[in-house]
Amino acid sequence: MSPPVKLLGTFSSGFSRRAEAALRLKGVPYELIQEDLSNKSELLLMHNPIHKKVPVLLHGDRAVCESLVIVEYIDEAFDGPPLLPIDPFDRATARFWARFIDDKCSTSFWLSLWTEGEVQKGFVKEFKQNLALLETQIKGKRFFGGDTVGYLDIAASGIAHWLPVFEEVASVRLVTDAEYPDLCRWAKEYTSHETIKESLPEREKLLAIFTAKKDFFMSTVKSMVPK
Amino acid sequence: MAGEKKGLVLLDYWVSPFGQRCRIGLAEKGLEYEYSEQELLGDRSELLLRSNPVHKAVPVLLHDGRPVCESLLILHYLDEAFPNSPPLLPADPYARAQARFWAAYSDKVYEVGTRLWKLRGEEQARARDDMVEVLGNLDGELGDKAFFAGEAFGFVDLAVAPFTPWLPSYGRYGGFSVEREWPRLAAWARRCAGRESVAKSLQPPEKVDEYINVLKKHCGIND
Repeated sequence: MSPPVKLLGTFSSGFSRRAEAALRLKGVPYELIQEDLSNKSELLLMHNPIHKKVPVLLHGDRAVCESLVIVEYIDEAFDGPPLLPIDPFDRATARFWARFIDDKCSTSFWLSLWTEGEVQKGFVKEFKQNLALLETQIKGKRFFGGDTVGYLDIAASGIAHWLPVFEEVASVRLVTDAEYPDLCRWAKEYTSHETIKESLPEREKLLAIFTAKKDFFMSTVKSMVPK
Repeated sequence: MAGEKKGLVLLDYWVSPFGQRCRIGLAEKGLEYEYSEQELLGDRSELLLRSNPVHKAVPVLLHDGRPVCESLLILHYLDEAFPNSPPLLPADPYARAQARFWAAYSDKVYEVGTRLWKLRGEEQARARDDMVEVLGNLDGELGDKAFFAGEAFGFVDLAVAPFTPWLPSYGRYGGFSVEREWPRLAAWARRCAGRESVAKSLQPPEKVDEYINVLKKHCGIND
């Protein structure tokens, strides 16, 4: 019998929720341990000494860190419907776009939200270009994974569920049905998926949490904007 | 695809540590491929732009004309597309997770190293502190083992080895000596350099240092 699974995570973290989505899709029972990131637990610091971040998956005495590494681990360590495509080229493609989302999309999106004026215009342009590239990957497909939700859908979940909340907090509208019809259609499908919706935090609660942190979010871009 | 070149082609750049990861991987797996040197400081080739339109970067592996981008993804692809050749990644899911974590982490060596030779003043000092932390973490993970996963050369060694010829230069810009601060890591680097696939793929530190000078000129840095 497989040892128990615990997940160190938070309510609002999209990265933490990626791990939850994967566990639920695979039908793996788990215990969620809520972390207070302003007062990190011994358990978190012990099992993720390098990054000190959530999520951390604890499977018996194994600790797995980094959300996408965790999702692949869940796919490989447990039976259940595969999260990654079967074909090697499709797997490489899914991994490529997941990293694109984390490396390029997230950064340009964050900078688009919290900067102003000409600087903001530049980041908005960059983010929209990034999103246009991602849109090509979902055109004509129900999910990034095809007919079923998979690894890249999970990786893109931030765009589906967290992005609109951030837009509201920042009073910025970047992703419209008119400009990104396929991505917006996918977002609705993804967030209403029977299993996925159980892994998503309530929108109103996210809005409240992020609204309260608005000043902090704005302060984070100061060190990120190149001089 | 009709008319596409059959087999493996690696779009690469002589001194790219990311490209070298792929060269080492291909050698370890005994796979034949065509090496295609790319122009990075001048105009990029049509082939590179077509194969990696998103990042316009090397390495790119073309397999029967289809592109796979990003060094660590290429290594995964080689294992998955050529299952009858020696695997680069371990079989066990937890060992694979560890390997993925540390290989991805090691990208920081190049990222921080670039800040180290490019920036000056307080920003350079921050880069130095970050590099000390990264190398310390890698040294800590290696511990007293011969290789990152134990007795045998594996995925993390393959991922990190290409950065080793850059370390003497980084040490000069950062005012540290890898040999003195992290002797286990220094010994590991020598151990990897003794491996044929690695030795054949890496450039000597002198050439890397020359190349950093070329990059500095290219960026308008004159010191």
